[in-house]
Amino acid sequence: MIQANHLLDAKGLACPMPIVKTKKAITDIDEGQVLEIQATDKGSKADLAAWASSVGHQYLGTVEEGDVLYHYIRKGSNEPEVEKAFEQTVPLEEIESREGLILDVREAAEYAFGHIKGAKSIPMGELESRLTELDKEQDVYVICRTGKRSDLAAQLLAKNGFTKVYNVLPGMSEWNGNITKEV
Amino acid sequence: MTVKKWTAANVARKVINNEELFILDVRNQDAFEDWKAEGHKFEYLNIPYFELLDGVEEILPKLPTDKDVLVVCAKEGSSVMVAEMLSEAGREVAYLEGGMKSWSSYLEPIKVTDLENGGELYQFVRLGKGCLSYMVISEGEAAIIDAVRFTDVFTTFANEKGVTIKHVFDTHLHADHISGGRHIAAATGATYYLPPKDATEVVFDYTPLTDGLNVKIGSSQIDVNALYSPGHTIGSTSFVIDDQFLLTGDILFIDSIGRPDLAGLAEDWVGDLRETLYTRYRELSEDLVVLPAHFMIIDELNEDGTVARRLGDLFKENHGLNIEDEAEFRSTVTDNLPPQPNAYEQIRQVNMGKITPGHDEQTEMEIGPNRCAVR
Repeated sequence: MIQANHLLDAKGLACPMPIVKTKKAITDIDEGQVLEIQATDKGSKADLAAWASSVGHQYLGTVEEGDVLYHYIRKGSNEPEVEKAFEQTVPLEEIESREGLILDVREAAEYAFGHIKGAKSIPMGELESRLTELDKEQDVYVICRTGKRSDLAAQLLAKNGFTKVYNVLPGMSEWNGNITKEV
Repeated sequence: MTVKKWTAANVARKVINNEELFILDVRNQDAFEDWKAEGHKFEYLNIPYFELLDGVEEILPKLPTDKDVLVVCAKEGSSVMVAEMLSEAGREVAYLEGGMKSWSSYLEPIKVTDLENGGELYQFVRLGKGCLSYMVISEGEAAIIDAVRFTDVFTTFANEKGVTIKHVFDTHLHADHISGGRHIAAATGATYYLPPKDATEVVFDYTPLTDGLNVKIGSSQIDVNALYSPGHTIGSTSFVIDDQFLLTGDILFIDSIGRPDLAGLAEDWVGDLRETLYTRYRELSEDLVVLPAHFMIIDELNEDGTVARRLGDLFKENHGLNIEDEAEFRSTVTDNLPPQPNAYEQIRQVNMGKITPGHDEQTEMEIGPNRCAVR
């Protein structure tokens, strides 16, 4: 099952209710968190995707199991663009020619709907508690969607004694190569 | 203000009577661009319902107050919500009962002509999907050609006319809509005909529809003659009715011609399509009136709502009948084809009897335009 921060049950509800409920539910969750919406209205897929993009949320994808559609939406960030602080960076197009670990710090659901083959998933929020899973001797290429979370993640790694750390810019939003899915 | 409810039949009257209508379509943009309720004098505004959740004030100036405004969505729910919001804002609007789903299902029977001795020829126009079915009636008997899946429309109509359905034909194995043919035949005891070359995989019994087959309807003996005319499918068969009408199935339309690719064999069938359109049909009388199984755009409808045009006129006006160069013809009907109809492979399976989906599933499969033609 794909990991989400919040769940909304909209099963059995006809249009427009899945979106009316989603709009309400998403106001109560934090920026960057993922909402799972369970629905049975087939039309909810196209409508949720279109609605999310019109209001600045990130539609991640939909999984269909039997009659139920599981939609995943990440609450959009309205924060102003912050200056990236981590100095060691690598352009996205070079990532495939590098040896080392690609560390994907996006939410688990974002990773599930498409990541670079071989990338390891540790969401930003879990990174501090999972540092032991990483090897300080290995080159670590940190990636997220736009380079913002990976910047913070790279800083956190450096603070904890990792020296061979690079922030991959801009991030998955511009990735045109092959992707692997876990859905 | 109260919100009024319109049926698909109300909308059909607006189309056929050439009346004005303003449609506020609240489906998402992709759905609207793909397919909408079309009329000669319809105007549209497409604003998805999910952009109106916080209020309708912003669109009020864009809605006319001097003509009917109909709110339309996929199934009805969102249009009711938006119509009620507009009503609270003081506007008089209606919503479409059952949404585009019901529009896709609605059939309007229109008389094409009277035939000899009290015979009649009806065209059943499925405005929302562009499908055309036919019923020939003559003194107590009826034949149906290319019936869509709403079988009760045809059986009820036959009952009202006091005729017995004796023969049910499909000009070919359809890929864009689900045929009602064999179900009507089963319910009425009529004979169901299908071209054998299209029927190699079907799992039910049928009577072969072969070139030269002749049936006579009613005591006035209206002639229905089969003419093998492959190209859209390898079995595609046309009908000449009463030496006056040419039912072309999906081979020839008013402003386009059939596409040869829906059974996956475009390259193989393009030669057949060429021969049917440029040789077989050329040998027929130019005074035959062409009655196709589809229309693509609303401009193909005549003033009375029928879709019919003299064969000789089509030889002059239809682009697909005027491509002299064979290579150019081949490229026109095999390259750059429009997208295939929604769920066309599944629909073919249903029409072969291999799968039997429920009512709702069938409705979902048929959503969208028919896309059987190339222009």
